[in-house]
Amino acid sequence: MIRIAIFGFGTVGMGVAETLELKRPQIEREVGEYRIVAVADSRSSIYGDFDVLDAIREKSERGRLPRDVRAEELFDAVDFDLLIDTTPTNVFTGEPGLGNIKEAIRRGIDVITSNKGPLVVAFREIMEMAERHGVKVGYEATVGGAMPVIKLVRKDLAGNRVKRVRGILNGTTNYILSRMEKERMPYSQILSEAQELGIAEADPSYDVKGIDVGAKLVILANSVFGMDARFEDVRIMGIEGITPEAFEVAGERGYTIRLIAEADENGKLEVSPRLVKLTHPLAIYGTLNALLVETDLAGEVFVIGRGAGRSETASAIISDFVDIYGGGSSGN
Amino acid sequence: MIVTLVVELEDKPGQLLKVIEPISKMGGNIISVVHDRHKTTPMKRIPVEFVVDIDSEKLLQLVERIRDAGIHIRSYNEVRLLATASFLLIGHIIHTDLSDTVNRIDETGFAEVVELHITMPKLNEPSTALITISAKGKDELRKAVGILREVCEKKDILVIEPLNEDLL
Repeated sequence: MIRIAIFGFGTVGMGVAETLELKRPQIEREVGEYRIVAVADSRSSIYGDFDVLDAIREKSERGRLPRDVRAEELFDAVDFDLLIDTTPTNVFTGEPGLGNIKEAIRRGIDVITSNKGPLVVAFREIMEMAERHGVKVGYEATVGGAMPVIKLVRKDLAGNRVKRVRGILNGTTNYILSRMEKERMPYSQILSEAQELGIAEADPSYDVKGIDVGAKLVILANSVFGMDARFEDVRIMGIEGITPEAFEVAGERGYTIRLIAEADENGKLEVSPRLVKLTHPLAIYGTLNALLVETDLAGEVFVIGRGAGRSETASAIISDFVDIYGGGSSGN
Repeated sequence: MIVTLVVELEDKPGQLLKVIEPISKMGGNIISVVHDRHKTTPMKRIPVEFVVDIDSEKLLQLVERIRDAGIHIRSYNEVRLLATASFLLIGHIIHTDLSDTVNRIDETGFAEVVELHITMPKLNEPSTALITISAKGKDELRKAVGILREVCEKKDILVIEPLNEDLL
């Protein structure tokens, strides 16, 4: 029996809990029996013997869970084998996820996280700790959502030397740029529409200034190239300065403009708007994400898929869950 | 070395062959042939531009052979600029002394701005320019891009670089 605690019970956390309940037969075929034994948000929690779907309902209706015990106190209140961390991202401090992840590793608890912050701030420290304590850390959900990126490079392309990765890792900015290209409307107008549609956050700066992409690039680069890069090491330019006329001028020459994240084996780490040939695979539209991996043996491998979102993130987390406990490969 | 060779051909059969044959016999590789029938000379001849890759020592001999075949050679030059890339600039490009931006590239001696196309939607609003830089080689182009980045950063101009890094 795998005992699971979920820290962070917003859209993503609830989506994961719901998926674990609704797809139980399918997932249990892969990993064996499991049970969610604790759930916590920033102010409240529930643990012990409870119905997960009831907890989701209660959180949705009342905005909180029944008990006042805080997440970090749950380590002592209840025993669990796996921490699923879906707390909000802070790329500068890594908290609150970082403290919880380290505490879990110290106690020999496996971790799956969708939170970029801890990995941006302390990637190598977390991985070394996990190695020392013999625990697994899954973080597929931090980059590209449902699109398999981390495991693609680490497992499916094992044996390859990755020379460069380039991709579109933020659906919101890609949506804004796509519409600027097609409708020649100013950035600000499309942004406010995207906010009304719920595609862009009320505070869009994480997306449009390139911070979100920069964080993902740090995780990807550390993971793929074994770097120990930090957020400050990324050269970042956002999309705020781009005008509708820019698409016109670019279009006359067969180009469009996309926010591209790029890392290579020489240590290049850059997020910037780039001229992309309209025939290039990265000239993608809407909220899609995509990644082009250049390797020595396999040549170029291209993945495309839906980025962050409730079910997309849940998909990545379940994938890590099966990866850690499934197929008898991990010995857990 | 890569050479552009502009010849003037009479409009009758077999003329093109008189140029191609010697190039081929001397081990040259024709990269492109541009044949423009709309630009006939006053002598009713048609200018044709060849880009040829040939050993630099054999160039003069080649020119001689083509002339011996009765072909009029208008010009031949080594192609100096081999690597080219285009960039988008967004910002107050004109108010921040455009000619200075261009000069900073041109004065390197190894790179130059070969094309510039500016769109100004409104006075005092940011304008957009597509700037094409050619350089002697990839390394030189990379250096020129470094200069462009630096100049534009000081002038608060956004530089959008191309993704086709075969060049960069």
